[in-house]
Amino acid sequence: MKQVRATMAGTILRLLVDTGNEIESGADVIVLESMKMEVPMATESAGKVTSVKVQIGDFVNEGDVLVELE
Amino acid sequence: MKKVLIANRGEIARRIIVTLNKMNIATVAVYSEADQSSLFVKEADEAILIGPPPVAQSYLNMEAIIAACKETGADAIHPGYGLLSENARFASRCAEEGILFIGPSEEVIAQMGDKMIARNVMQLAGVPIVPGTEGEITTLDDAVEQANRIGYPVMLKASAGGGGIGMQVCHSDEDVLAAFQTAKGRAKAYFGNDSMFIEKYVESPHHIEVQLLADQHGTVIHLLERDCSIQRRHQKVIEESPSPFLDDTTRHHICMAAVSAAKAVGYTGAGTVEFIMDKERNFYFLEMNTRLQVEHGVTEELIDVDLVEWQIRIAQGEKLRFVQQDIAPKRHVIELRIYAEDPITFFPSPGTITVYEKPVGEGIRVDDAIHVGSSVSPYYDPMIAKLIVSRDSREEACGLALQSLNAYQIEGIKTNIPALKEVLSHPEFRQGVYDTHFISSIRQSQRG
Repeated sequence: MKQVRATMAGTILRLLVDTGNEIESGADVIVLESMKMEVPMATESAGKVTSVKVQIGDFVNEGDVLVELE
Repeated sequence: MKKVLIANRGEIARRIIVTLNKMNIATVAVYSEADQSSLFVKEADEAILIGPPPVAQSYLNMEAIIAACKETGADAIHPGYGLLSENARFASRCAEEGILFIGPSEEVIAQMGDKMIARNVMQLAGVPIVPGTEGEITTLDDAVEQANRIGYPVMLKASAGGGGIGMQVCHSDEDVLAAFQTAKGRAKAYFGNDSMFIEKYVESPHHIEVQLLADQHGTVIHLLERDCSIQRRHQKVIEESPSPFLDDTTRHHICMAAVSAAKAVGYTGAGTVEFIMDKERNFYFLEMNTRLQVEHGVTEELIDVDLVEWQIRIAQGEKLRFVQQDIAPKRHVIELRIYAEDPITFFPSPGTITVYEKPVGEGIRVDDAIHVGSSVSPYYDPMIAKLIVSRDSREEACGLALQSLNAYQIEGIKTNIPALKEVLSHPEFRQGVYDTHFISSIRQSQRG
């Protein structure tokens, strides 16, 4: 199982993928808002989204799992 | 004024407290749950918790702030910069409650907050504005005709646009012919509105702004310019004065244009008129900031004035005690904004400060809001400190800036200090040759 983790603390602004989506490596999966800036979080590996761990408005810390892939 | 509530946070709240203390005016801080252990909360005479960390629920919550004002018996509110400082509705709520809002009238805030109104007001006052089309452009023939009237290069823009989408620089009729339909189609796809307009494209732009003070008795004076052309992502990073790009004649003209702008709207208090300047030193009105600026400290060090003190004196109805002839630069001043961000990508870097040593010495001023153990919150702006250095000459000021950056120790978060050093060491910056594209162009040349 592969995971996409938050590279910084912030609030979830937008979800760009849904469970079941096939995504390519480098694709943005979530947009975080931190320090008044929108920051896209990308996946390093390709795969099928098995689970989206966060909802819009959630606060995440650096290292928190955002999305799981297989 | 006996007691002032500061409707802001961080370094600017601390900065305002310093002046209020000097003037023997009591201070009230308002703070969110994320700022419980912040320095400005400790330094104020009283502090009121107004809500959870997100700004919408705390620092932008007008009613909570007004309630805090009533609870503490504060007679005035200083809004600082950002947040509610340019919110006409907030100024009017203060007036309704009998609280003095330290800033211009709500009418002026509303006028200058609307880009189209501001542009029209300035045009009527004889302040130059970026040449452009008045109404929307619908046909290709119309686009070519207007582009020729304005003069190439021009920028083709979507009326509903934003974030650079639907914008296209055109250098010739052929460019317009090639770009018009595509840009229109893209505007339709992105914004559901394909209305277009054309504006003069300013090549190699400089961002020059003029500080003003205007009292309630009709006196308006300028306090010279600040060059804010060193930017990343359209946000200022380094500001300096005097601008190395201006000659005395241009300086006189731009400063007097700012005075005309303030007079045209009946401005009162401290304010700033921002201009964009092309490589031939033609300048055009961008916007007027009806508040204290982040970089106000540059002007304070340049001519030895306390701008916050004058905001308060003017709000109390006092007359300005100096005249235009008194205003002259006493030294060269450079401000460096320290951001909690990655120095390469400029992405935010919130976290907890583990080491904090700031530079000290003659000609060095640091306006900051952090200490060891303080956390830099993801909820707010990434600017954590402003380093302001002053010396007799620009070359010496650059030297002191670099030396101060080398002495600055911040650990636990990433900061843009390495990027600031890179700019300060760059031969073109040292010669005073730069425009608003400077940081992106040095980055591009590094990528080769």
